[in-house]
Amino acid sequence: MADSGAGAVGWDFIDESPGNDARGFTPAGAMAPEVETHLVNAVLTNGARYYVDHAHPELSSPECADARTAVVYDRAAELIAQASMSAASSLLPDGEDVVLYKNNSDGKGNSYGCHENYLMDRATPFSRIATWATAHFVTRQIYTGAGKVGSETPGARLDDVAYQLTQRADFFEEEIGLETTLKRPIVNTRDEPHADAAKYRRLHVIVGDANMSQTATFLKVGATAAVLALVEDDALPRELRFAAPVAALRQVSRDLTLSEPLRLDDGRTITALEVQWELLGCCRKYVEANGPANTGGEATYEVLDRWEAVLAALEDDPMELAHQLDWVAKYRLLEAYRGRHGLDWDSDRLRAMAIQYHDLRPERSLADRVGLERIVDDAEAARAVGEPPPDTRAFFRGRCLQSFASDVVAANWDSIVFDAGADTLRRVPMMEPMRGTRDHVGTLFDDCTSVAELLRQLGA
Amino acid sequence: MAERSQIRKPAPSERAADVEEAPAGSDGAEIKAELDDLLDEIDDVLEANAEEFVKSYIQKGGE
Repeated sequence: MADSGAGAVGWDFIDESPGNDARGFTPAGAMAPEVETHLVNAVLTNGARYYVDHAHPELSSPECADARTAVVYDRAAELIAQASMSAASSLLPDGEDVVLYKNNSDGKGNSYGCHENYLMDRATPFSRIATWATAHFVTRQIYTGAGKVGSETPGARLDDVAYQLTQRADFFEEEIGLETTLKRPIVNTRDEPHADAAKYRRLHVIVGDANMSQTATFLKVGATAAVLALVEDDALPRELRFAAPVAALRQVSRDLTLSEPLRLDDGRTITALEVQWELLGCCRKYVEANGPANTGGEATYEVLDRWEAVLAALEDDPMELAHQLDWVAKYRLLEAYRGRHGLDWDSDRLRAMAIQYHDLRPERSLADRVGLERIVDDAEAARAVGEPPPDTRAFFRGRCLQSFASDVVAANWDSIVFDAGADTLRRVPMMEPMRGTRDHVGTLFDDCTSVAELLRQLGA
Repeated sequence: MAERSQIRKPAPSERAADVEEAPAGSDGAEIKAELDDLLDEIDDVLEANAEEFVKSYIQKGGE
């Protein structure tokens, strides 16, 4: 970013180990993801990481303490991508542009993820996480789906399905595993906490869609964080296991009626809506008894209220949510266009519109035109382009880059390396994600005029 | 903090299949007018050559 002043600071890969498996073993034949160290990598002053993943730009937001902040930084990421597009296009000859689309598939069987990460207590047994994460991920699709024309299931015909709720469901083949690009699992076992590994784990979620709708993003991360807090506290009353989770994932994605029964392993059936009502009920009860400290702070109350309103509307008539959810907004737009022009679902014009829904250029984006309700305004998101969130270690990372970018040699999620002018480089570890906040270190940055002074004050 | 209402329906009654109609879409005149305006508006911004656009939209590698 031209205005970040920190474009030269690279990412430090020393502590990256994406091949670790949360189950405590690495299955024979499993392929650990590669870490590409030769491509462009940058750390931004808002604490985010912005880099090139294989062939596309990828932006990892800074660590956020609640769902609302996550929406702010997701919107900030869109603004950063827009600025990048303009900057890149200005370097190209007339008539050529770089265009970014915030989606998860090209409609030809190639998919790329929108990953979520949740900090969890290391003491929580991974098998318990996997059980509830599966139940939630299969069923939350009814509000997290970004909508897709056609099917991309390997071996199926593109027009096997007219329209489905999610972009990603077609690409999942396993219930649990380490891979992210082949044989994708519903529950990913990458065990790389980027924090004190004795205390924390990071649940790396690859099964979700990228959302244009802020309501969908808010519920996606807010409801998931709440469910995982109950899993940590073992506060969910019964186990809920699908007989065939991978099939259930696809079944939910293809069921626009939201009413198909999903088979449980005890022989009974349940619908996706019923699972979500049950999870919401448990979360509501937990927060009433324990307060919102574990479930994502004060923002939890808004998560619960919106979650409930969305489930009620989905049950009544999903089309009521045309201004809240991506899959509904896109469906309604395409269906209206289809009716006006007498098109089939597999027409190129509908397919083009389905892609263009995710175009990040404001002058072209269809998502920008369907009247999606916003949770955060653009003024707040614009501030978040350059400012880190105040209440996680991202604050320390971002402020270091704001004030001392030329002294930062490298940074990653859990440390920053400084060149303070001495003979050796100084590495400051940040193994506690909830430390390094404005409350902890804000005055340090107000008082210190050099990185040497900052390091002295930190006792590093 | 928002006033919180009582949960309306937490009890999941595991039930047999009763598949309903596909989402019908509320078809009030207001919604229809809104959609008509929207379709008129987007006609100007849609990709001109849909077939070529869809054909050339390919992702190579990455996750």
